[in-house]
Amino acid sequence: MRELRIHGRGGQGSVTAAELIAYAAFEGGVFSQAFPAFGVERRGAPVQAFVRFSDEKIRLRSQVYEPDYIIVQDPTLIGDVDVFNGMSTGGIAIINTEKPDFDSRVPEGVKVYTIDATTIALEELGVPITNTTLMGAFAAATGEIGLEPLKNALRRRFSGSMADKNIKAAERAYNQIGGAA
Amino acid sequence: MLEFMEGSHAVAEIVKRCRPQVIAAYPITPQTHIVEDLAQMVANCEIDAEYITVESEFSALSACLGASAAGSRVYSATTSQGLALMFEVCFNAAGMRQPIVMTIANRSLGAPLSIWNDQQDSISLRDSGWLQFYAEDNQETVDLHMIAYKVCEDHDILLPAFVCFDGFILSHTYEPVAIPTQEEVDAYLPAFNPYQRLDAENPLSFGMYATPEYYMEFRYEVDRAQQRAKDAFIKAGREFGEQFGRDYSALVEGYRLEDADTALVAMGSICGTAKDAIDEMRDAGKKVGLLKIRTFRPFPAQEIAAALSGVSTVAVLDKNISLGSGGAVGTEVKAALYGSGISVYDYIIALGGRDVRKRDIAAVVDLAEKGEGDMFYGLRTEVL
Repeated sequence: MRELRIHGRGGQGSVTAAELIAYAAFEGGVFSQAFPAFGVERRGAPVQAFVRFSDEKIRLRSQVYEPDYIIVQDPTLIGDVDVFNGMSTGGIAIINTEKPDFDSRVPEGVKVYTIDATTIALEELGVPITNTTLMGAFAAATGEIGLEPLKNALRRRFSGSMADKNIKAAERAYNQIGGAA
Repeated sequence: MLEFMEGSHAVAEIVKRCRPQVIAAYPITPQTHIVEDLAQMVANCEIDAEYITVESEFSALSACLGASAAGSRVYSATTSQGLALMFEVCFNAAGMRQPIVMTIANRSLGAPLSIWNDQQDSISLRDSGWLQFYAEDNQETVDLHMIAYKVCEDHDILLPAFVCFDGFILSHTYEPVAIPTQEEVDAYLPAFNPYQRLDAENPLSFGMYATPEYYMEFRYEVDRAQQRAKDAFIKAGREFGEQFGRDYSALVEGYRLEDADTALVAMGSICGTAKDAIDEMRDAGKKVGLLKIRTFRPFPAQEIAAALSGVSTVAVLDKNISLGSGGAVGTEVKAALYGSGISVYDYIIALGGRDVRKRDIAAVVDLAEKGEGDMFYGLRTEVL
C-alpha cells in the first residue's frame, strides 16, 4: 500500500485533489481511498487530505502519518507545518513554489520536485487554484496515476471549457515534471 | 460493479433504490451530504417520495412516525445532537412498532461541542427499542440499509432500525462501492406491506394511553420482537448473500479468531484498522483475533460467548462511555462472558474523533495481556 498526504490551505481544493487522484487510480485498476483530515473548515487555514493506493481492498482508516508521497499546495505552509513529517527514503514530494531552493530540512532519501503551479494555474485557469495542476505533477512524478485516467477524473468533475482548462493545466505540469522525473 | 464514490453519496443511492415514500430529515454534520443528495433526487423526480423539510430533528422523526403509521415506507438520517433531540420520538417509534430506517452518521455529543466521530449518539439510544446495526466500511453500510428495511418490515418484528456508520471516517471517505441496481433491490426488498395503517374508514389509534394493567406487556412485546430480530437478521443476511454474494448471516463476525489467545471486540470502522493491526501482530507471532459486533441491538450475547469460547483474554474497544460506569459494549460483553473465566478488559478509545492507528490497537492488546484495562486509552495526561 502507498500513501499520499496533501497539504494545503482551506479553499485550495486539497480535498477535491485527493478525491480526483483516488478516482483516477481506481479507474487505473487499483483500490484507492480518499478522505480529508476532518478539521474545522476555514478558508486559509492549513488542511490535509489523504489518499491510499493498494492492490487489495483497503481496510485501514487512520490518517496518514508515514506518507510515501506528499503534495504541498502552498509554499507558505513550509515552516508553519512540518510537511515532511514521517517521510523516509524513497519518498516523493511535489511542492508548489516559484523558489526551487526553498528553506526546509528534507528527510534523507526523499526526492523533491518543485513546480510553479500557481503561475500555471493563473495562466490556464485565471485563478491561483493549483490542485488540478499539481495532480498532473503528481502523476508524472510518481506514476501512481496515468494521464488518461487523470483527464477522465477532471472531466467527471468539471464540464465544458472548465474541464479543458484544468486538463491543460494538469498536462503542462505533467510534461514539465515528466522531463525531470 | 464497483464504483468510486463518497460514503454519504452511496447511502443516498441505496436509499433511493429502497423506494422510500416519505423522507423527513434535518441537516446536521456529518450527515448533511446524505440528505442533500436525497433532497436533490426528490427534486429531480428520481425518487417518487415526499421530502418533508422540517425545522428540527424532533419534527423530522415525528413526520416519519406519522407517515409510517399511515402506511408509507419512510427514511430519515441524523447524528449526535440531532439524535438527542429525537430521543422522545425514538421511544415512541419503537413502542408504536413502526419500521422506520434511519442512518446514523455516528458523532460525539456535546458538551464540549465536537463534530467528530465516536458512537456515543446511537449507543445512548440503546434502550429505546430500535435495532442497531454497525458498518465497518461503505459497502457494508450500503448493504445494511437493504437488510434493515427487510428486517424492520417483517411482520414478526415491526421495529425501527439505526444503520450506523462512522461520521467522517466513512461518511466523507471516497472508496469503491457496489451499488445494486434498482431491479436487484426490487428483487430483494418487496414493496412495503404495512401490518396496520391509519385509515379514516377503519379508525385506529397508535401509542395510546396504557394503564399499569397493560404497560408492561407492551414493553415485553418490544423486547420479544428484539429477540426475534436475531433470526430475522440472519435470514435476511443469508438471502442477501445468496443474491449479492456478500454474506451477512452473522450477528458477529470473527477475524483470525480460530487459534487466538487474545481477542479484540469492536464495532464499526475501527474493525478495519484492527484487522490490519492483527495481520502485523500475527506476523510477529502474536495469536490475536477480532470479533466484530454487527448488531448491537439485539445484542448477540450467546453468539459472542460462543465465538470467544477459545480465548483467554478479551479487549473491548468502546467508542462511547456510560459516564460513571464504563463502555457500553464492554459492559455487555462482560455480562455475556460472565462465569467463563475469560479476562475481559474495556478500553474507552477514539472519543470525539481522536485518530486510531495500528500501533494503538497493538498497544491495547499489550495492555490486555498485561492485565491492565477498564480504562481510557490514549489520554493526554499533560492536559489533565
